[in-house]
Amino acid sequence: MKIHRIAAAFSLVALAAALMPAALAQAQSQERVLRIVPHSNLAILDPIWTTAYMSRNHGYMIYDTLFGTDEKAQIKPQMVESWTESPDHRLWTFKLRKGLEFHDGKPVTGEDVVASLARWGKRDSMGTALMTFVERMDAPAPDSFRLFLREPCGFVLEALGKPSSNVPFIMPKRVAETDAFKQIEEYVGSGPYIFKRDEFKPGDKAVYLKNTKYVPRKEPASGSTGGKVVYVDRVEWNLALRDAQAQVNALQKGEVDIIEQLSFEHFETVKKDPTLQLPAFDTLGLQYMARFNHLVKPFDNVKVRRAVLAAFSEEPFLKAQVGVKELYRTCPSMYTCNTPYASAVGSEIQSKSNMKIAQELLKTSGYDGTPIVVMKPTDLASIQKLPDVAAQLLRQAGFKVDLQAMDWQTLVGRRAKKDPIDKGGWHMFLTAWQAHDIWNPIANAAFDTRGEKSGWFGWASDDKMMELRGQFMRETDEAKKKKLAEAIQVRAFEIGTHVPLGEFRAPMAASRKVSGFFVSNGNLYWNLKKN
Amino acid sequence: MYKFLARRLLATIPVLAIVAVLVFLMLRLTPGDPAAILAGDAANTDQIARIREGLGLDRPLIVQFGIWAKSILSGDLGESFYFKMKVTALIGQRLEATVSLAVLTIIVAVSTAVPLGVLAAWRFGGWFDRMLMGFSVMGFSVPVFVLAYILIWIVSLKLGWLPVQGYKPIGEGFWPFLKHLILPAITLSVIYIALIARVTRASVLEALGEDYIRTARAKGLPESRVLIRHALANAAVPIVTVIGIGIALLIGGVVVTESVYAIPGLGRLTVDAVLARDFPTIQGVILFFSVVYVMINLLVDLSYVFFDPRIRY
Repeated sequence: MKIHRIAAAFSLVALAAALMPAALAQAQSQERVLRIVPHSNLAILDPIWTTAYMSRNHGYMIYDTLFGTDEKAQIKPQMVESWTESPDHRLWTFKLRKGLEFHDGKPVTGEDVVASLARWGKRDSMGTALMTFVERMDAPAPDSFRLFLREPCGFVLEALGKPSSNVPFIMPKRVAETDAFKQIEEYVGSGPYIFKRDEFKPGDKAVYLKNTKYVPRKEPASGSTGGKVVYVDRVEWNLALRDAQAQVNALQKGEVDIIEQLSFEHFETVKKDPTLQLPAFDTLGLQYMARFNHLVKPFDNVKVRRAVLAAFSEEPFLKAQVGVKELYRTCPSMYTCNTPYASAVGSEIQSKSNMKIAQELLKTSGYDGTPIVVMKPTDLASIQKLPDVAAQLLRQAGFKVDLQAMDWQTLVGRRAKKDPIDKGGWHMFLTAWQAHDIWNPIANAAFDTRGEKSGWFGWASDDKMMELRGQFMRETDEAKKKKLAEAIQVRAFEIGTHVPLGEFRAPMAASRKVSGFFVSNGNLYWNLKKN
Repeated sequence: MYKFLARRLLATIPVLAIVAVLVFLMLRLTPGDPAAILAGDAANTDQIARIREGLGLDRPLIVQFGIWAKSILSGDLGESFYFKMKVTALIGQRLEATVSLAVLTIIVAVSTAVPLGVLAAWRFGGWFDRMLMGFSVMGFSVPVFVLAYILIWIVSLKLGWLPVQGYKPIGEGFWPFLKHLILPAITLSVIYIALIARVTRASVLEALGEDYIRTARAKGLPESRVLIRHALANAAVPIVTVIGIGIALLIGGVVVTESVYAIPGLGRLTVDAVLARDFPTIQGVILFFSVVYVMINLLVDLSYVFFDPRIRY
């Protein structure tokens, strides 16, 4: 009996000894794995084919960029070591820095860059604008490439360093030669992480491994520029965890390390939890916007649009939708506030607005009482309250309102329709733009006033605006560009392209075990350490 | 028997054909444009039109249906617009999680509900019976997500016994697999326990009033044998039917539970596909569900033969 007990005790000790190293190894390996809950599902792996933010974020993990935009909205070189601009501003020569290598071990060459830019130039708004200036591109040497322009262009670097969709990511030539309207099928980049294609399960998880051959820049990380230093072995995106409460539960339990976009409702809970943190990674945030359909009555009438501008003061929208005072701010600019082109010029109609002005403007506009169809997405928590506020303010101004509830994807499909209202058309939708997408007159889709032909949903039409945008594109002097950007904003308020509704930060929540957050103004996962 | 089987299998063909046509038409007639969703927020109308063209959505409806029907007949459910993968592969990826959850839920539900239902019938009108009926009403009434959050709060966050979320395939070890499924299975099983227990109670109660039960008791058989061997065996047909429907419903996707516990199953796949207006995936998944329903109903029908020898096909 005694012998049995001794044997049993030895067995237990032996078992514990056997399990201990495994448990320790597992604990240590967990420290090298960063587990992130992204803001949405990742499905499309081609960041040039779609403008979806998730695809862009995936792109930043595995691809590198020629230039980037730092936290102060300045363009800085990334893959590029140096560049020159000819005195007539028509020839740009770029030299790539040493040590750039794709994940398949092949060096990054000028030819890869040329092919990547050509594909991007067919899809992206700034890319297509840039390509109207580009006569040709070539790669005179393996480590360099050139842009030959038809005429001077004032936004070459801004386009190449564009931080948001579509980002000009550099891919191998054989991949970049894929038709721009077909998705790529090989995901080889030269960025700080390598995509684990075999572990990717859409709706479940995406896995990235540290690219041990990546040579980061020496400057500190800032925005999409600087050293992309990776301190973890593996990053896992949890694509299945979509329920807001479940995300917070998992963060508190230590099952995930970062929630990319914490719901506003959980902000205070996380703030009070000593084991969690709210990293200040985004100083710019997002801007809310109400967009008119300029093709249909009554919003084909500038006076009616300006009546809405007068009625829509920002505070009610921000209070209702965000609620947390420290997460929102009013912003008189149509460009993201605290970025180079931001100013209050032209915004008097909105910033000094009151209902009386709106009501008087509407009376003199000839508005015939047509109900305004406002599309309300019921399933998108970050914007779903805005249409209710809009409807109320429109009613106060004297409009009749038809608030139509639908899911976001129905809205996305419907807003692309130019049909009249009685055939499924619409008058207004509300959305949010990330800072980088609206901070200059070319990137800001709402300023595309080419009308029905090719503009963004709403199809604003204004020749003067297009002329000003054209001048901005050609202007190379920064001070003059600033003046032109202001003139464009003044014109946008004059004609009522859209209504800016204030800015907010989408908070990120993280475990205190994670450190190294920097002002990225985006969802960029390098420089992070896990203790 | 074989004739019945052949007849039932043949009958599935028109059922599936009708499902296919209805699903195809309903998806095309509901609002939402897959191309606009795929293009992303900043895309313009030209880019959306190019994507629509690439997906073949600019073709006449009948042509689109013809292409899809042809691929289905060759055993191919098509390629997802959104996930850019074969629909069969997508279903394959999600099937293990859903089937595992369904099996565990049914095991928990049946092993709990049937004895409870039998006991309630045996003690009809007593405190146990009343308690069980009260629990049944509660089981039907409490929303799944409320129950899930309560269980997570107590078991995972306060006691730290089980994980909050996630799923581990059985290939990564039995305990990690099981511990991720215990809470979801308990959450889901509550409503099935309530349902199966009520049906069991009603069926056994009815059987207990039959002459053969009186005869069995008169023969002096122990009460446990009377209950199990005679009453329960004869009451099995409706119980098996309810269990069968339960399995079919579980495999058909349990969206809320999968969402709260972050289980990448067929329920979430269906929701993602619907939100993205991913026509091929929705069509494929619904066809798959139809086959599952038909097959489970067929198995339930066949099982009647074993439970009730009077039934012949």
